[in-house]
Amino acid sequence: MSTVETENTASSTPGPANAAPERAGAPAPGAAFPSPPAPAQTTSSPAGGGSRDRLVASPGAVRAVLRLIRSELGLTFRRPRNIAMLIMLACVPVVIGIALKAFGSDDETPTLVTQVAGNGLMLTFLAMSLLVQLLLPLAVGVVAGDSIAGEANAGTLRYLLTAPAGRTRLLAVKAVNIAVFGLAACAVVAASALIAGLVMFPVGPVTLLSGTTVPIMDAMLRVLIVTAYSAVGMAALGFVGLAVSTLTEVPIGAVAATVVTVVFSQVIGAIPQLAPVRPYLLTTWWSSFDGALRDPIATDVMGQGLLVFAAYALVFGAIAWGRFSGRDITS
Amino acid sequence: MTVITGEGAHEAAPPRVTHTEASPGDCSIVARGLTKRFRGGQVAVDDLHLSVPRGSVFGFLGPNGSGKTTTIRMLLGLISPTSGACEVLGRPMPAGLASALPKVGAVVEGPAFYPYLSGEANLLRYDAADPKADPRTARRRVGAALDRVGLGAAAGKRYRAYSLGMRQRLAIAGALLGPRELLVLDEPTNGLDPQGTREVRSLIKEIAADGTTVFVSSHLLAEVEQMCTDIGVMRTGRLVAQGTIADLRAGHAPRVRVETPHPAQAASVLHRLGLARVHTGEDAVEAELGDHAPEVVNAELVGDGVAVRGFTVVRPSLEELFVGLTGEGFDVDG
Repeated sequence: MSTVETENTASSTPGPANAAPERAGAPAPGAAFPSPPAPAQTTSSPAGGGSRDRLVASPGAVRAVLRLIRSELGLTFRRPRNIAMLIMLACVPVVIGIALKAFGSDDETPTLVTQVAGNGLMLTFLAMSLLVQLLLPLAVGVVAGDSIAGEANAGTLRYLLTAPAGRTRLLAVKAVNIAVFGLAACAVVAASALIAGLVMFPVGPVTLLSGTTVPIMDAMLRVLIVTAYSAVGMAALGFVGLAVSTLTEVPIGAVAATVVTVVFSQVIGAIPQLAPVRPYLLTTWWSSFDGALRDPIATDVMGQGLLVFAAYALVFGAIAWGRFSGRDITS
Repeated sequence: MTVITGEGAHEAAPPRVTHTEASPGDCSIVARGLTKRFRGGQVAVDDLHLSVPRGSVFGFLGPNGSGKTTTIRMLLGLISPTSGACEVLGRPMPAGLASALPKVGAVVEGPAFYPYLSGEANLLRYDAADPKADPRTARRRVGAALDRVGLGAAAGKRYRAYSLGMRQRLAIAGALLGPRELLVLDEPTNGLDPQGTREVRSLIKEIAADGTTVFVSSHLLAEVEQMCTDIGVMRTGRLVAQGTIADLRAGHAPRVRVETPHPAQAASVLHRLGLARVHTGEDAVEAELGDHAPEVVNAELVGDGVAVRGFTVVRPSLEELFVGLTGEGFDVDG
């Protein structure tokens, strides 16, 4: 019954040693937070002597952040909705493979589609190029748009913040979570396509878009590069979703707004008269993963893409922080 | 008659406030001129001066919409005040929330959990959000908190399947995850059946007995009267009274009411016994009982040949007091 002891019993006997067993994680007050510690420590609080504790706090603070990230990931990957999205993403490459196997391709010109019939590994690149335009952004948009707005809507945000999770800390954890989910989504697509391709089609040395033929192991490495590049692209979108998510308490609105940004970017990108805007659009750079299918790898294009992704993450991360750090939580 | 006026209550408040400013270390919560004006101009909390003595069970009373929850949100750093300042456990809020809040357990505006997680997983989630909670003891602390609110058997059940009362209990368990110096409970008995209400009351008393300060908001007087040592009364964003329950009651001596066909004779007996403020009515007499034992008074009356038809000791309830303070009464103010 009384295993939950009150701090008073601990604090009446000064010294961190007595308080340690219950809360050994991070002994220093304030140190786990990016915000500066309490400026006016006018009273002799039992948690005093913070300046000394703060020096030894960082490992505990890091452990605490890792624990929250683990909790966040557990939540994301246990949530039925997210599992369903990942399963859906895994099914698409299989469906594409079956369709190609059953109906073949009448197209004479060598494209990704015709190449799959000749080499199963190409299914990975085909699936990625199709999914990266809408389904992957949709899945990431759902998780990102829901990240803060969903917690606000459910009321869990106020309990996280009074725990106290810390606003900057929570936002950072959410960003990490979105990035990991984006990576997982891309990896699921790649893995599913790889397995489907191996099962349904002949596999051998891969002829790249630039005409060179590379051995299987080299091609596998390129699959990894494509997956990683796509994941970074999805993470950039995740930051857009995170920013939108801090603006509202209606998760479905944040999700819709994020997905609409994607569609809007694609429409803008498709209008020839607006070509000058294209380099600034996130969507333009997603399909640049095909740089990994050239020999040598088109690092210049992919590098530019990564720079654009980083710029998006920076700008929208700043918007999210600016909005969330000072907002009144009334939900 | 038995209702003290708002002005009278105000006079009771200042001594506590001055006392607080002399030694804020004795208070778990201090608010000075706390004001919250929402966008749109609505003033939810208006120049609130509040001091919650360390170790007290403080009842924060007021009708729905009187600013209790807004005050609690400011105390917990969820919203920032328009003006004024507040301190929790000696730390200014919201600047010091990182160091203060790990020692504060809170239930704010009803339970909120992840419906697809079990009760236990939900509490582990909130525990993970506290940077000072020790992960090694998390399961034990969660289990203890669940047992403490009687949810031990439902720990593995999904929150979705919890009844309203169970959800409320889980929220309270969430406030008990670690050793706390202060519990802030916003309407903790909402949705609980009478038995659950009793359990929560005794739980609060038990926690308070350990020395933890409990700040409990409620719109239910009876509840506060039964478990609180101190109270503050809110009305439309303002604190209209603050003090210990004993102080507030002191302004309210119990009275005797004697129903008799001989009021004049009865009045003279009461005068002779030394009862104050004797009021003679048509077929009844009232007076302040003071230190007199009611049975002695009654025996004297009967001994003097007064025909006593009815003899009542009227102890003014806090309810009468609060209806007086909050005007129209509870659950009316918008």
